[in-house]
Amino acid sequence: MKFIDEYRDPEAVRRYADEIARITTRSWTIMEICGGQTHSIVKNGLDCMLPDKITLLHGPGCPVCVTSAAMIDKAIALASRDDVIFCSFGDMLRVPGSRRDLLSVKADGGDVRMVYSPIDAVHIAEKNLDRRVVFFAIGFETTAPANAAAVYYARQKGIDNFSMLVAQVLVPPAIEKILNAPDCRLQGFLAAGHVCTVMGYAEYEPIAEKYRIPIVVTGFEPLDILQGIHMTVWQLEQGRARVENQYSRAVKRAGNLPAQKLMADVFETVDREWRGIGLIPKSGLALRPAYRKFDSEAVFDIAAPDPEIVGECISGLILQGRQKPSDCPAFGKRCTPEHPLGATMVSSEGACAAYYAYRQKESPHIKPTSGKH
Amino acid sequence: MSSSYDNWQCPLPISDYPKILLAHGGGGRLMHDLIDHIFIAAFGADTLDAEHDGARLDPGSDKLAFTTDSYVVHPLFFPGGDIGLLAVYGTVNDLAMCGARPKYLSAGFILEEGLETETLWKIAVSMRQAADKARVGIVTGDTKVVDKGHGHGIYINIAGIGIIEHNLVIGPRRIRDGDAIILNGDIGRHGIAIIAAREGLEFETTIESDCAPLADSVMRLIDDGIEAHCLRDLTRGGLATAAIEIARSSGTEILLDEKSISVNEQVRGACELLGYDPLYIANEGRYLAFVPKHQAQRALEIMREATPNIEPAIVGRVGAGGDRGEVTLKSAIGSERILDMLSGEQLPRIC
Repeated sequence: MKFIDEYRDPEAVRRYADEIARITTRSWTIMEICGGQTHSIVKNGLDCMLPDKITLLHGPGCPVCVTSAAMIDKAIALASRDDVIFCSFGDMLRVPGSRRDLLSVKADGGDVRMVYSPIDAVHIAEKNLDRRVVFFAIGFETTAPANAAAVYYARQKGIDNFSMLVAQVLVPPAIEKILNAPDCRLQGFLAAGHVCTVMGYAEYEPIAEKYRIPIVVTGFEPLDILQGIHMTVWQLEQGRARVENQYSRAVKRAGNLPAQKLMADVFETVDREWRGIGLIPKSGLALRPAYRKFDSEAVFDIAAPDPEIVGECISGLILQGRQKPSDCPAFGKRCTPEHPLGATMVSSEGACAAYYAYRQKESPHIKPTSGKH
Repeated sequence: MSSSYDNWQCPLPISDYPKILLAHGGGGRLMHDLIDHIFIAAFGADTLDAEHDGARLDPGSDKLAFTTDSYVVHPLFFPGGDIGLLAVYGTVNDLAMCGARPKYLSAGFILEEGLETETLWKIAVSMRQAADKARVGIVTGDTKVVDKGHGHGIYINIAGIGIIEHNLVIGPRRIRDGDAIILNGDIGRHGIAIIAAREGLEFETTIESDCAPLADSVMRLIDDGIEAHCLRDLTRGGLATAAIEIARSSGTEILLDEKSISVNEQVRGACELLGYDPLYIANEGRYLAFVPKHQAQRALEIMREATPNIEPAIVGRVGAGGDRGEVTLKSAIGSERILDMLSGEQLPRIC
């Protein structure tokens, strides 16, 4: 398949891994932002191909994982209403709020529907004028334009029985939050290719400069990731700290301007609570006042959610790259996909789910990752 | 629907009863009309002895295989098939995996009040067509009607009986170190066809379900003297789940090679887009055959002759890893990893 196979070529992957080993003279710690990248790394064993001097830490870029329990509780409250058809991306349905998840609401008779695109939810609203349709708008800058387009369309068409529960989050404020932590040991970032396809990468340049840290916009295929790591290590070895673009087949410096304009028309920046991390100033998007009647939080009276019981889950530390899933004493024992203690074990992009799927038992054929934790 | 069935018309006076009523399950005249005009008309009075509560059989062998399965697929019609065809083939395939030649099926229908009679007719005709292709008879049946809102149009339960005409014992415990693992074609078409057909997904492919009867392919292997150690059709959970089940119940180590596992370009594209792993996508016309290594090439030739439109391949082998009970996949980029069962259904990722 074009644009896939050439980035999974075993020969080229091996060559890049060898080249990274050749240029690495010191120990470096690099974080990949995006959960999709985490999965590609763990699934393909890319970290096992790297020299021991390079440590990869997994970042907060799993939209499902960072959506706060309080926001999921609001979703559950809405989905439980008799007059509501609640639409969500599939990945979100299994993630527990403070007490339960959306799938259990569905089992109790709630009309919870999995959609593949936010515009599908608007079409459901058009076909069900006697019901109120709520779409759970989650995700980073990647999903924001399509979610903005859905509510823009609903307003244009006057589909007043449609509203969105908005939990959108933004990458750059999360990077700064991680870099500002006193015990931060990161030396380089792989920025998320899809996010930068929308936003470009100019907004990362002040971060690279301020924190003296290389940031390389990176794709998702094995070769993309190894090339991104190579570019990051090369900068580190050379003592440089710039923003570079590995994913140039999709990303331009300015990004997708029409998508950014639509986002700016529909959304405004707000402070947002991140699950396991806490409040990050100006890290979220909410609907502008002009779209208030499409804002589920404004048009429904939603009861205050229960406080979350955090227990022994360390997902907040994992999302900030301060711990790895295998560092957690509950991992694979008291915490499994069937009995998750936190969102990082539930979501298909969560780091713990990736480790559980591909690493719970080390194959004798896989080089162990010992000495790197 | 093809050729000889094209001209079949629903014989029930549908102007009177265009939809299924609760009374069609009530045991009275309407129910008998339904049996006479739909089920006997479609399945044939010569094999379906509707006047009795059961069928008398003369299988002609003292070794039988017996299976049952229920079908609740939605939508009822999808590219490449429908619930009726799927029910017949699914049950036939379960028998074939025991090394049995499928002979007789029962068909239990749970109909939802309000189901279009024409829809039931189309499904019944499709079942007859599938049964003819798989060379089985639908010999007994049952119908119930449930209140509107208490079903999804139609559910079908099918039980099947097949005869075993050889002395092979086929099952996971017969697997031996070094056995070749053959897959009869490309994977994932059924699951993607269903996903693409589901309401709400604006996602266009020309992918058709792979649903097909497998008994002919299996019988050809056995008739040719291939010593099949284990056979398993790939259904829900896909290739990965089937291999994991076999590894666990046989206590063997199964090694799969991703490069040799064929995935149609459109199926791959859909999986890339939705974040699915084709190894876990459902199939309804694919199976794994574990055969002695020295018979692998001959088995490949036979499978190719049985279904010339799909390409079988050796996708792995049974390793000498002792009692590991695990499946290891050599990925396309050359790394290796353990395959594990999914917790539940695959859900599409967000971005």
